[in-house]
Amino acid sequence: MGSLIEISSTMLYTAFVIYLIATFFFGATIRQKNKPARKGISGKIGITLTIVGFLAQIVYFITRWIASGHAPVSNMFEFVTFFGMCLVFAFIIMYFIYRINILGLFALPIAMILIAYASMFPTEIAPLVPSLQSHWLYIHVTTVALGQAILAVSFVAALIYLIRQIDQTVRSKRTTWLELIIFGLFVFIGFSVISTAFNLSGYSAEFEYSFEGQTVTTDYHLPPIAGPNEGELLTGGRMEPLFDAPGWMQGVDAARKFNTLIWSVLTGLVIYGLTRLILRKRIGAAIQPFLKKAKPDLLDEISYRAVAIGFPIFTLGGLVFAAIWAQIAWDRFWGWDPKEVWALVTWFFYAAFLHLRLSRGWHGEKSAWLAAGGFAIILFNLIAVNLILAGLHSYA
Amino acid sequence: MNKIKCECGHVNPEGTVLCEACGKPVEQNQHIDGNDKRKLLNMRYDGSARRSQTYNKSIVDKIWNFFSSVKVGVWLIVLALIASGIGTIFPQEQYIPANAVSRDPAIYYEDQYGILGQIYYQLGFHNLYSSWWYLLLIALIGISLVICSLDRFVPLYKALKRQRPRRHTQFLKRQRLFSETDHVKDDDKAKLVSGLKRKRYKIYEENGHIMAEKGRFSRWGPYVNHIGLIIILVAALLRMTPFMYLDEYVWVREGEQTVIPGTDGEYYIENKDFILETYDKNDERFQEAIEQQGMVEKNFQTNAVIYKETGEDVAGAEPELEKITEDEIRMNQPLKFDKYTLYQSGYQQNEFQNMTFKLHETGDPDEEALGSFTIDLTDPKDEYRLDNGFRVVISQYYPDYELNEGEPRSKTNYPRNPAFVFTVHPPGDEEPEMSFAGIGKNVDATGENDYKLGIQDFETRFASGLTVRVDYTLPFFIIGAAIFLLGVIQGMYWQHRRIWLHPKAEGIMMAAHTNKNWFGLKKDIEHIIEDTSVKMVDDQQEIE
Ligand code: HEM
Repeated sequence: MGSLIEISSTMLYTAFVIYLIATFFFGATIRQKNKPARKGISGKIGITLTIVGFLAQIVYFITRWIASGHAPVSNMFEFVTFFGMCLVFAFIIMYFIYRINILGLFALPIAMILIAYASMFPTEIAPLVPSLQSHWLYIHVTTVALGQAILAVSFVAALIYLIRQIDQTVRSKRTTWLELIIFGLFVFIGFSVISTAFNLSGYSAEFEYSFEGQTVTTDYHLPPIAGPNEGELLTGGRMEPLFDAPGWMQGVDAARKFNTLIWSVLTGLVIYGLTRLILRKRIGAAIQPFLKKAKPDLLDEISYRAVAIGFPIFTLGGLVFAAIWAQIAWDRFWGWDPKEVWALVTWFFYAAFLHLRLSRGWHGEKSAWLAAGGFAIILFNLIAVNLILAGLHSYA
Repeated sequence: MNKIKCECGHVNPEGTVLCEACGKPVEQNQHIDGNDKRKLLNMRYDGSARRSQTYNKSIVDKIWNFFSSVKVGVWLIVLALIASGIGTIFPQEQYIPANAVSRDPAIYYEDQYGILGQIYYQLGFHNLYSSWWYLLLIALIGISLVICSLDRFVPLYKALKRQRPRRHTQFLKRQRLFSETDHVKDDDKAKLVSGLKRKRYKIYEENGHIMAEKGRFSRWGPYVNHIGLIIILVAALLRMTPFMYLDEYVWVREGEQTVIPGTDGEYYIENKDFILETYDKNDERFQEAIEQQGMVEKNFQTNAVIYKETGEDVAGAEPELEKITEDEIRMNQPLKFDKYTLYQSGYQQNEFQNMTFKLHETGDPDEEALGSFTIDLTDPKDEYRLDNGFRVVISQYYPDYELNEGEPRSKTNYPRNPAFVFTVHPPGDEEPEMSFAGIGKNVDATGENDYKLGIQDFETRFASGLTVRVDYTLPFFIIGAAIFLLGVIQGMYWQHRRIWLHPKAEGIMMAAHTNKNWFGLKKDIEHIIEDTSVKMVDDQQEIE
């Protein structure tokens, strides 16, 4: 058993490294001075590596499934890893429809950021509570993840479109928003960097506080900037929190997650700041010249097509399968649980996107901003809903 | 109605933008679809005459036009989206935790979230999803959906039915994909047609003018999916009626039998056994996780027997019961019988079944029993007579005792934390004494009592919580969702593509249109012009 889990984690790690290498090959396709033939070769190596990495990740998935006896989509680590894998899969599909290398240069790093993010959560195999003991667990979760991943590809194409198209000669509202999106990605990196750093140093500080009428403890692995609301530090020799997390944060261990968020943003800011210092210009402006050869109308088309393909899948997984399962497990197919509501919000949002595009002619840049907004909602549902809102989906 | 006759001879309804037959722009109506300002024609509804764009006089017209605007529709969707999000800021009323200080929303929100919570409560956001305005918003989306769809579907359907292969050159030149080749040989033309056929286009021909079309049915996708949505909305309305939907909850204690609420006394359930299992902490796989998070539940189930009342319905008579089924009810494995479904929803551990008290002298260090009695907590008697002549009267019984602002009360009617106020009447004519006893509590009202009551023994058992559900609306939801999904897939995974070939002198004009996936259409065209002298179409789209 133990060795199977080891194989599983090794394969995940392997997949990560292969994605990284593949990214470099996709990167090589944009160098202007390359001859077209060379470009074709690096693109081919890039996509081949991506597929190999994807297969490695499938091995991770299957071995972990065998080891735990249930589909590995039942906690935050497993779900986000799977989401990253689906993103790679969605990219592969899009690649074979449109044969566009530049997509890989952005999609793979985002998938890697997700996998790195996932790995910071507890990775041990957890048993399933009764409500999760259903085939609908993986039918529902896998379809949702696939749907969201295809919608994420829409974001990737939109991001490239925005970086390519937005006028970077002067600072404007649009350049600021674009930097904000890029900064958002840096926050994820910040999270992984800071968690790894303190994990290596073995930092831990325990707090006691009252949660829903009971006294509970929580273990901080990052120094407490924000402590639990009216909590008490138990571990000696650790810094006292600078302030308490607000009382309305309701999820399990909300204060600790909030503290992690603060650390991630701060670290993200530092990395972002350093990058800006080195580049001496906006990050969007620094990337823009490399995208000169990307065709904006094709990017726009891919972004829309991804929504067209992803929307039905998301509806099926996030609303229909979710409702069927909820009916079987909780006797009602819809319960206005926060996670459910945010799936509905996501669905409304993409419905609005489609209507605006089809009937009001929101193409190109407007459509790209919307795709970014949709991805933000998906991430909000994935992360923030668990952080601040209490609910049935008590992942992590 | 002022019909419009086109130069091609076709008579179009009032409000037509592009002739239904040949596509020639109807001059006075170009502003309707904004064609007067752009080079390319707006092909969204093939320039058909839509009611909303044609009439705007009566009040009916105005209402129709309001709801058939996609702008309005999108606004409604965005408002519903924002409202839904707001409803998750604080928990909805039904999610106030059971162990909250107070489950009264008037107190809970302010207590827990301060001033913001109070505002939230006073605005009614604690019941947002059943508030009149939220339901109104959803209803408006429904109305908008119907009107919007009718406004477009009918004219679009007619226009696509009446279209002719021969198109006006103005129409062709103002398509997004267009090319003109001056010299094309006849066998190149034949190659085009066979290429189109290979790509599974349907070919229509009129005097050498060719229209190739495929995937027209995908144009109906949005209308199909909107029908699905309407069915879902109607099902949601039906669900609010008691005929279609029953929602009851029943607690059954182990070893007990009780009538199932909502069945008009027709069915009874017996809880033969309730089982709670947790994961083995020595299980190698989960060891680490269990160490971190503590015990994890593996299963809870009720071994239930369902009985049907068969006797005459005589008031007061014992029911005559016939066993109809026996099964295990678990989470994710509900039990179905007749039209009812029973779901394992919850359980209460350690609910008290009975309690035995003993009476002793207050000063006795050994607390030697003067007498004892057992209270059946589901059916406590008013008075217990002990062998030695003492009488104990139950003056107050709190099955689920708690102190609420200094006042004792019972949180629920279930014996989860029983407490009593007893009056002890000693034999003879000694004064009766009051005392209060419960789990871990034993209070003497005056502090001068001679006798004391202590808990000697008790028995607990599980109570199983089951939801009783009848839901005749489920099939409607299922059908609605299925139609919605089919419609979306029909509209998204197929596209309506048309390619026109227009002979002109020696050469040929080629134009093409699709409702989405232009990339795919261009690939089709590249394929069919292979090995011919026909020029590839230009993409005339203006990137803004
Ligand atoms: C949540 C509610 C709604 C959902 C999920 C929904 C879904 C859809 C979808 C998936 C499409 C196809 C879009 C595409 O092919 O890109 C569509 C098209 C359309 N919807 Fe909706 N819709 C909703 C509400 C509305 C409302 C309220 C209106 C009325 C204003 C409306 C009017 C339309 C129109 C006019 C089309 C285009 C039809 C065509 O051009 O053939 N929809 N809808």
